[in-house]
Amino acid sequence: MDNRLLIAKSEPLWNTNNRVIFLVGSLITLLFALPLFGLNSFYLHLFIMIFMHAVMAQSWNVIAGFSGQISLGHGAFFGIGAYATSFFYIQFGTSPWISMPIGILVSGIFAILIGIPMLRLSGHYFAIATLLIGISFQVVFQRWDLVGAASGLWVPMTSEDSWLALQFHKSKVPYYYIFLIFFLITFFIVWLLSRSKLGYRLRAVRDDPQAALSLCINVSNYKIIAYVISAMIMAPMGSLFAQYILIIDPDRVFNIEISIIVLLITVLGGIGNVWGPIIGAAILIPISEYSRIYLGGTGGAVDLILYGLILMIICIFRPDGLISFVPKDILERKKQR
Amino acid sequence: MTSEIILQAIITGLMMGLIYALIAAGLSLIFGLMDIVNFAHGEHLMLSMFSSFWLWSLFGLDPIFSIPITILLMAFCGIITHYFLIRYILKAKMLIQICATFGLSIFIRSIAQLLWTPDFRNVDKPLLEGRLEIGSVFIGQPQLIASLVCLIAFIGLYLFVTKTETGLALQATAQDRHAAEILGIPSNKMFAIGWAIGLGCVGVAGGMMANYFFIFTDVGINFALFAFVAVALGGFGSIIGCLYAGIIIGLVESLGGLLIDPSFKLLYVFVIYLLVVIYRPQGLFGRY
Amino acid sequence: MKILSVENLSRSFGGIKANDNISFKVDEGTILGVIGPNGAGKSTLFDLITGYTKADNGKVEFFNKNIFGLRPDKISNLGIGRTFQKLKPFADQTLLENVMIGSFVKEKNIKKARDKALEIIDFVDLIEKRHHFARELSTGQRKRLEMARAMAIEPKLLLMDEVTGGVDQKTIPGLVELILKLKKSGVTIITIEHNINIIMEISDNVLALDQGKSIAFGSPKEIQNNKQVIDSYLGTVDAA
Repeated sequence: MDNRLLIAKSEPLWNTNNRVIFLVGSLITLLFALPLFGLNSFYLHLFIMIFMHAVMAQSWNVIAGFSGQISLGHGAFFGIGAYATSFFYIQFGTSPWISMPIGILVSGIFAILIGIPMLRLSGHYFAIATLLIGISFQVVFQRWDLVGAASGLWVPMTSEDSWLALQFHKSKVPYYYIFLIFFLITFFIVWLLSRSKLGYRLRAVRDDPQAALSLCINVSNYKIIAYVISAMIMAPMGSLFAQYILIIDPDRVFNIEISIIVLLITVLGGIGNVWGPIIGAAILIPISEYSRIYLGGTGGAVDLILYGLILMIICIFRPDGLISFVPKDILERKKQR
Repeated sequence: MTSEIILQAIITGLMMGLIYALIAAGLSLIFGLMDIVNFAHGEHLMLSMFSSFWLWSLFGLDPIFSIPITILLMAFCGIITHYFLIRYILKAKMLIQICATFGLSIFIRSIAQLLWTPDFRNVDKPLLEGRLEIGSVFIGQPQLIASLVCLIAFIGLYLFVTKTETGLALQATAQDRHAAEILGIPSNKMFAIGWAIGLGCVGVAGGMMANYFFIFTDVGINFALFAFVAVALGGFGSIIGCLYAGIIIGLVESLGGLLIDPSFKLLYVFVIYLLVVIYRPQGLFGRY
Repeated sequence: MKILSVENLSRSFGGIKANDNISFKVDEGTILGVIGPNGAGKSTLFDLITGYTKADNGKVEFFNKNIFGLRPDKISNLGIGRTFQKLKPFADQTLLENVMIGSFVKEKNIKKARDKALEIIDFVDLIEKRHHFARELSTGQRKRLEMARAMAIEPKLLLMDEVTGGVDQKTIPGLVELILKLKKSGVTIITIEHNINIIMEISDNVLALDQGKSIAFGSPKEIQNNKQVIDSYLGTVDAA
């Protein structure tokens, strides 16, 4: 039997790098330990925002990075999640722990409904359609009286901290841990996805849909699956965000800026790579939070100027994102020449 | 509901449609040339409206006279855009191209917000004012002139692209840039010209609209959306398709607003878009 | 035993008849070579059989089952693999990953699918390159990649579009050997070829197309002596 084949077969399935495992492990431990050092509420908020945006970007990464469909209206699913928990809590007093899965489900259903007609479109047609979808949601919610129209929903405050109502007024630490856990779970799921058969097939659809068809891959179904997974990752972040700020309105949770920032984070970090959104969020979110503090009200515009600039620079010089600075031997196997 | 009201809506829609058509034509020209969708198109429109506004506010130049300056400024802006951004991403993946022009749109809009605040502005007492009354139908004079100017510019653009040597060179580059290069047509120069003309169109539309439209930093978003839809409806890269598509959108917008509910204008246009691109992915007047 | 039978397959683009009433049959375990000048409709024929292009009319039967009008992924699922004239590797993935996407069709376990993919990669003699990205491979290597990827779905019928086109002369014998090795393993093959010597060497039957029409069908010998083929195709090759 061929010796080279035996060697190839004896290789482990995945390239495990001990340095990476050690690094990730200690990072997770550190993140769990951080609040014990008595972070002030600004830093807690900063980390919460990083976790939240990393998950949102990861959601976008699934549809854009894995399956290659560029959605410019992903904020819609964030808004659905936010409205689901707030609406059910205000109307029926439903615990967010119950309404969050409802939000996830509704997002998934909307993703199917939107996906079936739209994912037949490709490239620019799809991108423009999603841009319209995102804004349509905002327009509809601005006029929809049942959910408070333009003034939005105000979640009544509980008198005390409550895990059931997911409200914490004394400290942000519980929010920190909730977001952290969601962040870790989402990343684990997407990491598994990227190594699964589904992940392989989605990348095939992204790289060449025609060739994917010749390998028995039903391209449109796989695009819809990716879209649904992506929507279902996005929705709980909307729910948690609504519980975190307790006031939501269409201009905040359906804002096109949400769709922009997830794209920006992912492209900056490295699109199609599980680690990309983490890197992107860890860099961009501090920029926006600090500029908001130091520049006051106009901070919003300054951080957006920076965002736009960074996005263009990345597109010109580092289309593969910052992850491409990581030494190749950590990410890839050594090649046999 | 009387027929006059419907006639009124049709005329309003038609006038808006001609403006959409010209904005879309600029977008379509650029797309046809290098397969790049300018997601900053709305921001370019906003810039041209502000150019018109500042020329009026600082130098007392009426928008109708500052049109040539606005066109030149926008053409220059187009060349800059090509030189500093687009030429680097010509060979990039579509995703990167979308992100780059999307980044440009964020950049322009937020700089405008920083410089000029998000306030609403308008040109006070422009030369073009008042309205004509034909039977019971009212036609705003500035709107009418704006749409006629846009129509003339559109025809001019069409003749330029189909009849002049430079226009034919543009078409050749659009069809096959490598073959065109072999024939001695420098594609890089053609791209720059395409951007200059594309944004020049926006300059005409923006300059004319400054007469009667509120001018603010987010003004371009809806126009850009309608322009994207028009380009897709007309068939990506087809210029004449933009004319029909622009008019269709203008009519759908105004009639939908009249017959159903004006606050959901965007949705009607969106529905039309989805129906067309799903059943006719090459657009209504697509070349392929 | 007939594996594929094509009857009166037609397709026109605008006014041009890309395929005009094409009929032929392929026996299991044989190689059918398809020849014809540029624009004769060879690649269109492949697209029609595999469902990439919808035929205007006609009939395509695979193991006596009508596959006319099915989606490409359904057709490949029935056991028809193909390669593309304009190569379509998954550029941002390694050779191994490319082939694994194919082997997932029959093998659900990732480790087993990987091992199977490795065997196929070894079969096409690219084992050293398994961790290279598809975009880093040469044209000849990418042709092998496409063959390997198509083989990984364990097709009963494999359609190969210009395997030896655009590669340097030195690698051609290897590719021919590969096709014969494939045939030996029991796969039926339809191959489009420009290189007439190769076609004559490997094919059991040859189909000659010209301007969308089938002008001859028969053994290589018959084709070589067919006047119409000589006029429209072989003659031009000799002249060139």
